[in-house]
Amino acid sequence: MQPLIYARGLVKRFGSFTAVDGIDLEVQPGEAFGFLGPNGAGKSSTMRMISCVSMPSAGELRILGRDPVREGPAIRARLGVCPQLDNLDPDLTVWENLTTYARYFGLSRAEARRKAGELLEFAQLTEKASSLVEPLSGGMKRRLTIARAMVNDPELVLLDEPTTGLDPQARHLLWERLFRLKQQGVTLVLTTHYMDEAEQLCDRLVVMDGGRIVAEGSPRRLIEDYSSPEVVELRFGLEELAGYVPRLEGVGDRVDPLPDRILLYAKDGDEAVAEVHRRGLTPSSVLVRRSTLEDVFLHLTGRTLVD
Amino acid sequence: MAGGVTALTAHPTYAVFERYMVLYKRLWRASVFSSFALPLLFLASIGLGVGQYVGSLEGVPYAAWIVPGVLASTAFQMAVGESTYGVLGSFKWTRSSHAMYATRVSIGDMLRGWLLYLVVRGVIAVAVFMAVVVWFGVLASPWALATPLVAALLTVATAAPVTAFAASIDHDSYFALLFRFVMIPATLFSGVFFPVEQMGGWKVAAYVSPLWHGVALCRAATLGQEPPWPVWAHAGVLVAVAAAGWWWASAAFRRRLRD
Ligand SMILES: Nc1ncnc2c1ncn2[C@@H]1O[C@H](COP(=O)(O)OP(=O)(O)OP(=O)(O)O)[C@@H](O)[C@H]1O
Ligand SMILES: [Mg+2]
Repeated sequence: MQPLIYARGLVKRFGSFTAVDGIDLEVQPGEAFGFLGPNGAGKSSTMRMISCVSMPSAGELRILGRDPVREGPAIRARLGVCPQLDNLDPDLTVWENLTTYARYFGLSRAEARRKAGELLEFAQLTEKASSLVEPLSGGMKRRLTIARAMVNDPELVLLDEPTTGLDPQARHLLWERLFRLKQQGVTLVLTTHYMDEAEQLCDRLVVMDGGRIVAEGSPRRLIEDYSSPEVVELRFGLEELAGYVPRLEGVGDRVDPLPDRILLYAKDGDEAVAEVHRRGLTPSSVLVRRSTLEDVFLHLTGRTLVD
Repeated sequence: MAGGVTALTAHPTYAVFERYMVLYKRLWRASVFSSFALPLLFLASIGLGVGQYVGSLEGVPYAAWIVPGVLASTAFQMAVGESTYGVLGSFKWTRSSHAMYATRVSIGDMLRGWLLYLVVRGVIAVAVFMAVVVWFGVLASPWALATPLVAALLTVATAAPVTAFAASIDHDSYFALLFRFVMIPATLFSGVFFPVEQMGGWKVAAYVSPLWHGVALCRAATLGQEPPWPVWAHAGVLVAVAAAGWWWASAAFRRRLRD
Protein backbone atom coordinates (compact mmCIF):
# COMPACT_ATOMS: atom_id res chain seq x y z
CA MET A 1 0.00 0.00 0.00
CA GLN A 2 1.17 3.54 -0.73
CA PRO A 3 2.21 5.38 2.44
CA LEU A 4 0.15 8.47 3.36
CA ILE A 5 3.30 10.23 4.44
CA TYR A 6 6.58 9.59 2.71
CA ALA A 7 9.70 11.58 3.51
CA ARG A 8 13.32 11.06 2.52
CA GLY A 9 16.11 13.29 3.76
CA LEU A 10 13.58 15.94 4.75
CA VAL A 11 15.22 19.20 5.84
CA LYS A 12 13.87 22.47 7.20
CA ARG A 13 16.13 25.46 7.60
CA PHE A 14 15.33 28.86 9.05
CA GLY A 15 18.11 31.10 7.74
CA SER A 16 21.31 29.33 8.67
CA PHE A 17 19.63 27.32 11.43
CA THR A 18 18.63 23.74 10.63
CA ALA A 19 15.49 22.78 12.54
CA VAL A 20 14.89 19.45 10.79
CA ASP A 21 18.04 17.75 9.70
CA GLY A 22 17.34 15.07 7.13
CA ILE A 23 14.65 12.73 8.42
CA ASP A 24 13.05 9.69 6.77
CA LEU A 25 9.45 8.80 7.51
CA GLU A 26 6.75 6.49 6.25
CA VAL A 27 3.27 6.44 7.73
CA GLN A 28 0.79 3.88 6.42
CA PRO A 29 -2.98 4.36 6.15
CA GLY A 30 -4.76 3.63 9.41
CA GLU A 31 -1.66 4.00 11.54
CA ALA A 32 -1.42 6.12 14.67
CA PHE A 33 2.00 7.67 14.59
CA GLY A 34 3.68 9.82 17.24
CA PHE A 35 6.56 12.25 17.54
CA LEU A 36 8.33 12.56 20.86
CA GLY A 37 11.20 14.84 21.62
CA PRO A 38 12.38 17.65 23.88
CA ASN A 39 11.55 21.32 23.24
CA GLY A 40 13.11 22.54 20.02
CA ALA A 41 13.64 19.03 18.62
CA GLY A 42 11.91 19.96 15.36
CA LYS A 43 8.57 18.20 15.89
CA SER A 44 6.37 21.18 15.00
CA SER A 45 8.59 22.13 12.06
CA THR A 46 8.11 18.59 10.73
CA MET A 47 4.37 18.64 11.38
CA ARG A 48 4.02 21.94 9.52
CA MET A 49 5.75 20.45 6.49
CA ILE A 50 3.50 17.38 6.65
CA SER A 51 0.45 19.63 6.80
CA CYS A 52 1.65 21.16 3.50
CA VAL A 53 1.91 24.73 4.73
CA SER A 54 5.62 25.01 5.43
CA MET A 55 7.81 24.22 2.42
CA PRO A 56 10.70 21.77 2.83
CA SER A 57 14.20 23.27 2.39
CA ALA A 58 15.50 20.00 0.96
CA GLY A 59 14.63 16.35 0.60
CA GLU A 60 11.62 14.56 -0.73
CA LEU A 61 8.13 14.74 0.74
CA ARG A 62 4.91 13.18 -0.50
CA ILE A 63 1.62 13.44 1.33
CA LEU A 64 -1.29 11.22 0.23
CA GLY A 65 0.98 10.28 -2.64
CA ARG A 66 1.15 13.87 -3.95
CA ASP A 67 3.60 16.73 -4.03
CA PRO A 68 2.92 19.39 -1.34
CA VAL A 69 4.71 22.13 -3.26
CA ARG A 70 2.59 21.86 -6.39
CA GLU A 71 -0.65 20.39 -5.05
CA GLY A 72 -0.93 22.06 -1.63
CA PRO A 73 -4.62 23.00 -1.66
CA ALA A 74 -5.75 19.63 -3.06
CA ILE A 75 -3.84 17.77 -0.34
CA ARG A 76 -4.83 20.13 2.47
CA ALA A 77 -8.47 19.60 1.49
CA ARG A 78 -8.13 16.07 2.89
CA LEU A 79 -6.13 16.89 6.06
CA GLY A 80 -7.25 17.90 9.52
CA VAL A 81 -4.70 20.07 11.31
CA CYS A 82 -4.54 21.12 14.94
CA PRO A 83 -1.46 23.36 15.30
CA GLN A 84 0.51 23.71 18.50
CA LEU A 85 -0.78 27.25 19.05
CA ASP A 86 -4.51 27.83 18.73
CA ASN A 87 -5.31 30.04 15.75
CA LEU A 88 -9.04 30.46 16.11
CA ASP A 89 -10.72 33.43 14.49
CA PRO A 90 -11.26 35.96 17.30
CA ASP A 91 -13.73 38.04 15.29
CA LEU A 92 -16.14 35.13 15.05
CA THR A 93 -18.22 33.17 17.53
CA VAL A 94 -17.54 29.56 18.43
CA TRP A 95 -20.29 28.48 16.04
CA GLU A 96 -19.07 30.73 13.21
CA ASN A 97 -15.53 29.47 13.69
CA LEU A 98 -16.76 26.00 12.80
CA THR A 99 -19.14 26.97 9.99
CA THR A 100 -16.70 29.30 8.22
CA TYR A 101 -13.97 26.69 8.50
CA ALA A 102 -16.32 24.13 6.98
CA ARG A 103 -16.93 26.56 4.11
CA TYR A 104 -13.17 26.87 3.51
CA PHE A 105 -13.33 23.15 2.75
CA GLY A 106 -16.23 23.66 0.40
CA LEU A 107 -19.09 22.20 2.47
CA SER A 108 -22.55 23.49 1.61
CA ARG A 109 -24.16 25.82 4.15
CA ALA A 110 -26.54 23.14 5.41
CA GLU A 111 -23.74 20.61 5.66
CA ALA A 112 -21.56 23.16 7.49
CA ARG A 113 -24.30 23.78 10.04
CA ARG A 114 -24.87 20.07 10.59
CA LYS A 115 -21.16 19.48 11.03
CA ALA A 116 -20.78 22.44 13.41
CA GLY A 117 -23.55 21.09 15.63
CA GLU A 118 -21.98 17.68 15.71
CA LEU A 119 -18.51 19.04 16.50
CA LEU A 120 -19.75 21.33 19.27
CA GLU A 121 -21.15 18.19 20.84
CA PHE A 122 -17.77 16.49 20.34
CA ALA A 123 -15.93 19.39 21.97
CA GLN A 124 -18.60 19.75 24.67
CA LEU A 125 -19.02 23.40 23.80
CA THR A 126 -22.67 23.37 22.74
CA GLU A 127 -23.72 25.93 25.33
CA LYS A 128 -20.86 28.23 24.23
CA ALA A 129 -21.97 28.25 20.58
CA SER A 130 -22.75 31.97 20.44
CA SER A 131 -19.83 33.12 22.58
CA LEU A 132 -16.84 34.82 21.01
CA VAL A 133 -13.59 32.90 21.24
CA GLU A 134 -11.69 35.28 23.52
CA PRO A 135 -13.61 34.63 26.76
CA LEU A 136 -13.22 30.85 26.46
CA SER A 137 -10.80 29.13 28.81
CA GLY A 138 -7.53 27.80 27.41
CA GLY A 139 -8.78 24.23 27.43
CA MET A 140 -12.03 25.18 25.69
CA LYS A 141 -10.10 26.94 22.94
CA ARG A 142 -7.96 23.86 22.57
CA ARG A 143 -11.03 21.65 22.27
CA LEU A 144 -12.50 23.97 19.67
CA THR A 145 -9.28 23.91 17.63
CA ILE A 146 -9.28 20.12 17.70
CA ALA A 147 -12.95 19.97 16.74
CA ARG A 148 -12.33 22.41 13.89
CA ALA A 149 -9.67 20.05 12.51
CA MET A 150 -12.36 17.39 12.02
CA VAL A 151 -14.75 19.58 10.04
CA ASN A 152 -13.87 18.07 6.64
CA ASP A 153 -13.86 14.42 7.77
CA PRO A 154 -10.11 14.25 7.14
CA GLU A 155 -8.29 11.11 6.06
CA LEU A 156 -5.15 12.21 7.84
CA VAL A 157 -5.34 14.08 11.15
CA LEU A 158 -2.28 16.01 12.38
CA LEU A 159 -2.33 17.03 16.03
CA ASP A 160 0.55 19.05 17.48
CA GLU A 161 0.42 18.64 21.26
CA PRO A 162 -3.36 18.24 21.21
CA THR A 163 -3.86 17.74 24.92
CA THR A 164 -1.52 20.38 26.30
CA GLY A 165 -3.68 22.51 28.57
CA LEU A 166 -6.56 20.06 28.81
CA ASP A 167 -7.82 18.85 32.15
CA PRO A 168 -7.56 15.08 32.80
CA GLN A 169 -11.20 14.48 32.04
CA ALA A 170 -11.00 16.29 28.68
CA ARG A 171 -7.79 14.46 27.87
CA HIS A 172 -9.30 11.06 28.42
CA LEU A 173 -12.36 12.04 26.44
CA LEU A 174 -10.14 13.13 23.56
CA TRP A 175 -8.17 9.90 23.70
CA GLU A 176 -11.40 7.99 23.44
CA ARG A 177 -12.53 10.11 20.46
CA LEU A 178 -9.19 9.70 18.73
CA PHE A 179 -9.32 5.99 19.34
CA ARG A 180 -12.74 5.90 17.67
CA LEU A 181 -11.43 7.83 14.67
CA LYS A 182 -8.64 5.32 14.40
CA GLN A 183 -11.16 2.47 14.42
CA GLN A 184 -12.84 4.17 11.47
CA GLY A 185 -9.56 3.98 9.56
CA VAL A 186 -8.45 7.59 9.98
CA THR A 187 -4.68 7.99 10.11
CA LEU A 188 -3.43 9.94 13.12
CA VAL A 189 -0.14 11.74 13.54
CA LEU A 190 0.53 13.51 16.79
CA THR A 191 3.23 15.06 18.88
CA THR A 192 3.14 15.00 22.63
CA HIS A 193 5.16 15.51 25.76
CA TYR A 194 2.98 13.04 27.66
CA MET A 195 4.45 9.57 27.54
CA ASP A 196 1.23 7.97 28.72
CA GLU A 197 -0.54 9.60 25.78
CA ALA A 198 2.03 8.25 23.36
CA GLU A 199 1.74 4.76 24.88
CA GLN A 200 -2.05 4.86 24.80
CA LEU A 201 -2.55 6.18 21.31
CA CYS A 202 0.40 5.40 19.10
CA ASP A 203 1.12 2.22 17.19
CA ARG A 204 4.49 3.59 16.27
CA LEU A 205 6.69 6.42 17.52
CA VAL A 206 9.79 8.29 16.62
CA VAL A 207 11.91 10.15 19.11
CA MET A 208 13.42 13.33 17.68
CA ASP A 209 16.33 15.27 19.08
CA GLY A 210 18.23 18.15 17.48
CA GLY A 211 16.29 17.81 14.22
CA ARG A 212 17.07 14.12 13.77
CA ILE A 213 15.23 10.90 14.48
CA VAL A 214 17.12 9.08 17.21
CA ALA A 215 14.82 6.07 17.64
CA GLU A 216 11.80 4.50 16.05
CA GLY A 217 9.43 1.68 16.91
CA SER A 218 6.29 0.67 18.76
CA PRO A 219 6.13 1.84 22.38
CA ARG A 220 6.79 -1.72 23.57
CA ARG A 221 9.64 -2.17 21.15
CA LEU A 222 11.29 1.09 22.20
CA ILE A 223 11.14 0.05 25.82
CA GLU A 224 12.67 -3.32 24.99
CA ASP A 225 15.41 -1.74 22.89
CA TYR A 226 16.35 1.23 25.01
CA SER A 227 15.43 0.32 28.54
CA SER A 228 15.35 -2.69 30.84
CA PRO A 229 12.18 -4.43 32.01
CA GLU A 230 12.32 -2.81 35.44
CA VAL A 231 13.58 0.41 36.94
CA VAL A 232 14.59 1.10 40.52
CA GLU A 233 14.28 4.68 41.75
CA LEU A 234 16.57 5.51 44.66
CA ARG A 235 16.41 8.69 46.69
CA PHE A 236 19.03 9.74 49.19
CA GLY A 237 17.56 12.62 51.15
CA LEU A 238 19.27 15.90 50.42
CA GLU A 239 22.74 14.53 49.78
CA GLU A 240 24.76 15.08 46.62
CA LEU A 241 23.80 12.21 44.32
CA ALA A 242 26.87 12.11 42.08
CA GLY A 243 28.94 10.57 44.88
CA TYR A 244 26.76 7.47 44.87
CA VAL A 245 27.20 6.71 41.19
CA PRO A 246 30.59 4.96 41.46
CA ARG A 247 29.32 2.92 44.40
CA LEU A 248 26.38 1.70 42.30
CA GLU A 249 28.60 0.70 39.38
CA GLY A 250 27.55 -2.67 37.99
CA VAL A 251 24.16 -2.83 39.71
CA GLY A 252 21.66 -3.70 36.98
CA ASP A 253 22.36 -2.72 33.35
CA ARG A 254 22.79 1.02 33.74
CA VAL A 255 22.83 3.79 36.32
CA ASP A 256 21.27 7.19 35.57
CA PRO A 257 21.54 9.98 38.11
CA LEU A 258 18.77 12.58 37.73
CA PRO A 259 18.74 15.82 39.69
CA ASP A 260 16.50 14.38 42.43
CA ARG A 261 16.99 10.61 42.24
CA ILE A 262 19.09 7.82 40.79
CA LEU A 263 17.60 5.34 38.34
CA LEU A 264 18.85 1.76 38.12
CA TYR A 265 17.84 -0.10 35.00
CA ALA A 266 17.63 -3.83 35.70
CA LYS A 267 16.03 -7.04 34.50
CA ASP A 268 15.00 -7.81 38.06
CA GLY A 269 14.36 -4.79 40.27
CA ASP A 270 14.18 -6.63 43.59
CA GLU A 271 17.49 -8.29 42.88
CA ALA A 272 19.05 -4.87 42.20
CA VAL A 273 17.66 -3.49 45.45
CA ALA A 274 19.17 -6.42 47.35
CA GLU A 275 22.53 -5.65 45.74
CA VAL A 276 22.25 -1.98 46.75
CA HIS A 277 21.74 -3.05 50.37
CA ARG A 278 24.58 -5.60 50.16
CA ARG A 279 26.87 -2.69 49.21
CA GLY A 280 25.94 -1.01 52.47
CA LEU A 281 23.93 1.86 50.89
CA THR A 282 20.82 3.11 52.69
CA PRO A 283 18.58 5.08 50.34
CA SER A 284 15.84 7.12 52.00
CA SER A 285 13.31 5.67 49.57
CA VAL A 286 13.22 2.81 47.09
CA LEU A 287 10.68 2.28 44.32
CA VAL A 288 10.67 -0.68 41.93
CA ARG A 289 8.53 -0.20 38.82
CA ARG A 290 8.14 -1.35 35.24
CA SER A 291 10.04 0.53 32.59
CA THR A 292 8.06 3.18 30.68
CA LEU A 293 8.51 5.32 27.61
CA GLU A 294 9.61 8.10 29.92
CA ASP A 295 12.74 6.10 30.68
CA VAL A 296 13.40 5.59 26.98
CA PHE A 297 12.91 9.29 26.40
CA LEU A 298 15.22 10.33 29.21
CA HIS A 299 17.85 7.93 28.00
CA LEU A 300 17.67 8.92 24.32
CA THR A 301 17.42 12.67 24.56
CA GLY A 302 20.32 13.11 26.89
CA ARG A 303 18.37 14.29 29.85
CA THR A 304 20.55 11.86 31.81
CA LEU A 305 23.93 13.03 33.10
CA VAL A 306 25.90 9.82 32.70
CA ASP A 307 25.22 7.09 30.20
CA MET B 1 -7.01 19.19 -10.12
CA ALA B 2 -8.31 15.72 -9.45
CA GLY B 3 -9.79 14.52 -6.18
CA GLY B 4 -13.12 14.64 -4.42
CA VAL B 5 -13.02 18.41 -4.12
CA THR B 6 -15.02 19.18 -7.25
CA ALA B 7 -18.19 17.55 -5.98
CA LEU B 8 -18.46 20.03 -3.10
CA THR B 9 -20.03 23.47 -3.29
CA ALA B 10 -18.51 26.77 -2.07
CA HIS B 11 -15.55 27.98 -4.12
CA PRO B 12 -12.69 28.72 -1.72
CA THR B 13 -12.49 32.34 -2.88
CA TYR B 14 -16.15 32.75 -2.06
CA ALA B 15 -15.72 31.02 1.31
CA VAL B 16 -13.04 33.59 2.22
CA PHE B 17 -15.30 36.43 1.08
CA GLU B 18 -18.10 34.97 3.17
CA ARG B 19 -15.93 34.95 6.30
CA TYR B 20 -15.53 38.71 6.08
CA MET B 21 -19.21 39.15 5.32
CA VAL B 22 -20.15 37.22 8.49
CA LEU B 23 -18.41 39.96 10.42
CA TYR B 24 -19.74 42.77 8.22
CA LYS B 25 -23.31 41.57 8.75
CA ARG B 26 -22.79 42.29 12.44
CA LEU B 27 -21.13 45.68 11.93
CA TRP B 28 -22.78 47.08 8.82
CA ARG B 29 -25.03 49.52 10.64
CA ALA B 30 -22.12 51.43 12.13
CA SER B 31 -20.30 51.34 8.84
CA VAL B 32 -23.26 52.51 6.77
CA PHE B 33 -24.01 55.20 9.31
CA SER B 34 -20.53 56.65 8.95
CA SER B 35 -20.79 56.52 5.13
CA PHE B 36 -24.04 58.41 5.58
CA ALA B 37 -22.88 60.94 8.14
CA LEU B 38 -19.60 61.82 6.47
CA PRO B 39 -21.01 63.42 3.30
CA LEU B 40 -23.56 65.36 5.34
CA LEU B 41 -20.81 66.78 7.52
CA PHE B 42 -18.75 67.60 4.47
CA LEU B 43 -21.54 69.31 2.61
CA ALA B 44 -22.48 71.29 5.71
CA SER B 45 -18.92 72.43 6.28
CA ILE B 46 -18.27 73.26 2.65
CA GLY B 47 -21.68 74.59 1.77
CA LEU B 48 -21.83 76.85 4.81
CA GLY B 49 -18.12 77.48 5.30
CA VAL B 50 -15.33 77.04 2.81
CA GLY B 51 -17.61 77.25 -0.22
CA GLN B 52 -18.55 80.83 0.70
CA TYR B 53 -14.94 81.89 0.19
CA VAL B 54 -14.07 79.70 -2.74
CA GLY B 55 -17.22 80.22 -4.76
CA SER B 56 -16.60 78.17 -7.84
CA LEU B 57 -13.67 76.22 -9.24
CA GLU B 58 -13.02 75.26 -12.85
CA GLY B 59 -16.42 76.68 -13.64
CA VAL B 60 -18.47 74.64 -11.16
CA PRO B 61 -19.66 75.42 -7.61
CA TYR B 62 -17.04 74.31 -5.09
CA ALA B 63 -19.43 71.85 -3.43
CA ALA B 64 -20.07 70.08 -6.73
CA TRP B 65 -16.33 70.14 -7.47
CA ILE B 66 -15.27 68.63 -4.15
CA VAL B 67 -17.96 65.93 -3.80
CA PRO B 68 -16.38 63.47 -6.26
CA GLY B 69 -13.02 64.01 -4.54
CA VAL B 70 -14.43 63.22 -1.14
CA LEU B 71 -16.27 60.28 -2.67
CA ALA B 72 -13.05 58.76 -3.98
CA SER B 73 -11.17 59.51 -0.80
CA THR B 74 -13.87 57.70 1.20
CA ALA B 75 -13.11 54.51 -0.71
CA PHE B 76 -9.37 55.20 -0.44
CA GLN B 77 -9.43 55.70 3.33
CA MET B 78 -11.62 52.66 3.89
CA ALA B 79 -9.23 50.53 1.83
CA VAL B 80 -6.16 51.79 3.73
CA GLY B 81 -7.79 51.54 7.15
CA GLU B 82 -9.04 48.00 6.64
CA SER B 83 -5.76 46.72 5.21
CA THR B 84 -3.41 47.62 8.05
CA TYR B 85 -3.74 46.24 11.60
CA GLY B 86 -6.25 43.58 10.63
CA VAL B 87 -3.95 42.12 8.00
CA LEU B 88 -0.80 42.17 10.13
CA GLY B 89 -2.73 40.78 13.09
CA SER B 90 -4.09 37.86 11.13
CA PHE B 91 -0.50 36.74 10.55
CA LYS B 92 1.20 37.85 13.72
CA TRP B 93 -1.26 37.96 16.59
CA THR B 94 -4.29 35.80 15.90
CA ARG B 95 -2.71 33.70 13.15
CA SER B 96 -6.15 33.25 11.64
CA SER B 97 -4.55 33.53 8.20
CA HIS B 98 -2.48 30.49 9.03
CA ALA B 99 -5.68 28.68 9.97
CA MET B 100 -7.28 29.66 6.68
CA TYR B 101 -4.24 28.51 4.73
CA ALA B 102 -4.27 25.09 6.41
CA THR B 103 -7.38 24.27 4.34
CA ARG B 104 -8.27 24.00 0.67
CA VAL B 105 -7.87 27.81 0.45
CA SER B 106 -4.87 29.01 -1.58
CA ILE B 107 -3.06 32.32 -1.28
CA GLY B 108 -4.83 33.48 -4.45
CA ASP B 109 -8.19 32.63 -2.85
CA MET B 110 -7.26 34.54 0.30
CA LEU B 111 -6.38 37.65 -1.68
CA ARG B 112 -9.33 37.45 -4.05
CA GLY B 113 -11.83 36.88 -1.23
CA TRP B 114 -10.37 39.73 0.80
CA LEU B 115 -10.28 42.24 -2.05
CA LEU B 116 -13.76 41.25 -3.17
CA TYR B 117 -15.00 42.00 0.32
CA LEU B 118 -13.31 45.42 0.31
CA VAL B 119 -14.80 46.18 -3.11
CA VAL B 120 -18.24 45.44 -1.70
CA ARG B 121 -17.47 47.75 1.24
CA GLY B 122 -16.17 50.47 -1.05
CA VAL B 123 -19.12 50.27 -3.40
CA ILE B 124 -21.62 50.34 -0.52
CA ALA B 125 -19.89 53.36 1.03
CA VAL B 126 -19.88 55.24 -2.26
CA ALA B 127 -23.47 54.29 -3.08
CA VAL B 128 -24.70 55.53 0.30
CA PHE B 129 -22.67 58.71 -0.10
CA MET B 130 -24.21 59.36 -3.52
CA ALA B 131 -27.70 58.62 -2.30
CA VAL B 132 -27.19 61.47 0.17
CA VAL B 133 -25.50 64.05 -2.02
CA VAL B 134 -27.78 63.56 -5.01
CA TRP B 135 -30.39 65.61 -3.12
CA PHE B 136 -28.04 68.58 -3.00
CA GLY B 137 -27.88 68.75 -6.77
CA VAL B 138 -24.14 68.18 -6.92
CA LEU B 139 -24.25 65.21 -9.30
CA ALA B 140 -24.50 66.93 -12.65
CA SER B 141 -24.26 64.01 -15.07
CA PRO B 142 -25.82 60.55 -15.49
CA TRP B 143 -22.22 59.33 -15.77
CA ALA B 144 -22.26 59.63 -11.96
CA LEU B 145 -23.68 56.11 -12.04
CA ALA B 146 -20.21 54.94 -13.08
CA THR B 147 -18.57 56.17 -9.86
CA PRO B 148 -19.13 52.92 -7.91
CA LEU B 149 -17.14 51.21 -10.64
CA VAL B 150 -14.31 53.69 -10.21
CA ALA B 151 -14.54 53.21 -6.44
CA ALA B 152 -14.18 49.44 -6.92
CA LEU B 153 -11.06 49.85 -9.03
CA LEU B 154 -9.59 52.44 -6.65
CA THR B 155 -10.30 50.16 -3.68
CA VAL B 156 -8.33 47.32 -5.23
CA ALA B 157 -5.49 49.61 -6.37
CA THR B 158 -5.20 50.91 -2.79
CA ALA B 159 -5.91 47.80 -0.74
CA ALA B 160 -3.62 45.45 -2.67
CA PRO B 161 -0.36 47.34 -2.02
CA VAL B 162 -1.36 48.31 1.55
CA THR B 163 -2.25 44.68 2.32
CA ALA B 164 1.12 43.68 0.90
CA PHE B 165 2.85 46.26 3.09
CA ALA B 166 0.97 45.07 6.19
CA ALA B 167 1.89 41.46 5.44
CA SER B 168 5.55 42.37 4.99
CA ILE B 169 6.29 44.28 8.16
CA ASP B 170 7.15 42.78 11.52
CA HIS B 171 5.91 45.51 13.78
CA ASP B 172 2.84 47.72 13.75
CA SER B 173 4.89 50.89 14.36
CA TYR B 174 5.51 50.95 10.59
CA PHE B 175 1.85 51.88 10.13
CA ALA B 176 2.58 55.29 11.63
CA LEU B 177 5.00 55.85 8.74
CA LEU B 178 2.40 54.70 6.25
CA PHE B 179 -0.21 57.07 7.65
CA ARG B 180 2.11 60.06 7.96
CA PHE B 181 4.15 59.78 4.81
CA VAL B 182 1.78 58.07 2.40
CA MET B 183 -1.85 58.28 3.34
CA ILE B 184 -2.09 61.86 4.60
CA PRO B 185 0.02 63.38 1.79
CA ALA B 186 -1.93 61.32 -0.74
CA THR B 187 -5.21 62.60 0.65
CA LEU B 188 -4.02 66.22 0.67
CA PHE B 189 -2.28 66.31 -2.70
CA SER B 190 -4.38 64.09 -4.94
CA GLY B 191 -6.77 66.73 -6.17
CA VAL B 192 -9.44 66.06 -3.57
CA PHE B 193 -9.57 69.62 -2.21
CA PHE B 194 -7.83 71.65 -4.91
CA PRO B 195 -6.62 70.99 -8.46
CA VAL B 196 -3.15 69.47 -8.64
CA GLU B 197 -2.26 72.04 -11.32
CA GLN B 198 -1.77 74.48 -8.43
CA MET B 199 1.21 72.41 -7.27
CA GLY B 200 3.26 73.42 -10.33
CA GLY B 201 5.95 70.86 -11.15
CA TRP B 202 5.06 68.92 -8.00
CA LYS B 203 1.90 67.78 -9.66
CA VAL B 204 3.78 64.80 -11.14
CA ALA B 205 3.88 63.45 -7.57
CA ALA B 206 0.12 63.07 -7.77
CA TYR B 207 0.43 60.93 -10.89
CA VAL B 208 1.77 58.00 -8.85
CA SER B 209 -1.08 58.24 -6.35
CA PRO B 210 -3.95 55.89 -7.16
CA LEU B 211 -6.20 58.34 -5.36
CA TRP B 212 -5.52 61.10 -7.91
CA HIS B 213 -6.56 58.81 -10.77
CA GLY B 214 -9.64 57.74 -8.82
CA VAL B 215 -10.54 61.38 -8.09
CA ALA B 216 -10.00 62.35 -11.72
CA LEU B 217 -12.34 59.63 -12.96
CA CYS B 218 -14.98 60.29 -10.28
CA ARG B 219 -14.94 64.00 -11.01
CA ALA B 220 -15.23 63.42 -14.73
CA ALA B 221 -18.19 61.15 -14.05
CA THR B 222 -20.17 63.33 -11.64
CA LEU B 223 -19.55 66.56 -13.58
CA GLY B 224 -19.84 64.96 -16.99
CA GLN B 225 -16.48 66.40 -18.12
CA GLU B 226 -13.41 65.02 -19.83
CA PRO B 227 -10.82 63.76 -17.29
CA PRO B 228 -7.26 65.23 -17.39
CA TRP B 229 -5.92 62.08 -19.06
CA PRO B 230 -7.87 59.74 -21.31
CA VAL B 231 -10.11 57.40 -19.29
CA TRP B 232 -8.10 54.37 -20.39
CA ALA B 233 -4.89 55.97 -19.10
CA HIS B 234 -6.33 56.66 -15.63
CA ALA B 235 -7.87 53.21 -15.49
CA GLY B 236 -4.64 51.70 -16.80
CA VAL B 237 -2.60 53.24 -13.98
CA LEU B 238 -5.08 51.93 -11.41
CA VAL B 239 -4.97 48.45 -12.94
CA ALA B 240 -1.17 48.53 -13.01
CA VAL B 241 -0.94 49.59 -9.34
CA ALA B 242 -3.47 46.90 -8.42
CA ALA B 243 -1.49 44.27 -10.32
CA ALA B 244 1.80 45.30 -8.73
CA GLY B 245 0.15 45.28 -5.30
CA TRP B 246 -1.29 41.85 -5.98
CA TRP B 247 2.10 40.48 -6.96
CA TRP B 248 3.75 41.98 -3.88
CA ALA B 249 0.98 40.74 -1.58
CA SER B 250 1.21 37.20 -2.97
CA ALA B 251 4.94 37.17 -2.29
CA ALA B 252 4.47 38.56 1.22
CA PHE B 253 1.72 36.05 2.04
CA ARG B 254 3.88 33.21 0.73
CA ARG B 255 6.81 34.25 2.86
CA ARG B 256 4.63 34.49 5.95
CA LEU B 257 2.55 31.36 5.49
CA ARG B 258 5.02 28.93 3.96
CA ASP B 259 8.12 29.63 6.10
N1 LIG C 1 9.67 30.31 12.01
C1 LIG C 1 10.84 30.02 12.58
N2 LIG C 1 11.89 30.84 12.42
C2 LIG C 1 13.09 30.56 12.98
N3 LIG C 1 13.32 29.48 13.76
C3 LIG C 1 12.32 28.63 13.97
C4 LIG C 1 11.02 28.85 13.41
N4 LIG C 1 10.23 27.84 13.78
C5 LIG C 1 10.98 27.03 14.55
N5 LIG C 1 12.24 27.49 14.66
C6 LIG C 1 13.33 26.86 15.41
O1 LIG C 1 13.42 25.51 15.02
C7 LIG C 1 13.69 24.67 16.13
C8 LIG C 1 12.64 23.58 16.19
O2 LIG C 1 11.40 24.17 16.53
P1 LIG C 1 10.08 23.31 16.62
O3 LIG C 1 8.99 24.25 16.90
O4 LIG C 1 9.97 22.46 15.42
O5 LIG C 1 10.38 22.40 17.89
P2 LIG C 1 9.41 21.40 18.68
O6 LIG C 1 10.06 20.08 18.65
O7 LIG C 1 8.04 21.49 18.16
O8 LIG C 1 9.49 22.00 20.15
P3 LIG C 1 8.34 22.12 21.30
O9 LIG C 1 8.31 20.82 22.00
O10 LIG C 1 8.87 23.20 22.18
O11 LIG C 1 7.07 22.47 20.62
C9 LIG C 1 13.71 25.59 17.34
O12 LIG C 1 15.06 25.84 17.69
C10 LIG C 1 13.05 26.85 16.90
O13 LIG C 1 13.61 27.97 17.53
MG1 LIG D 1 6.29 22.09 18.88
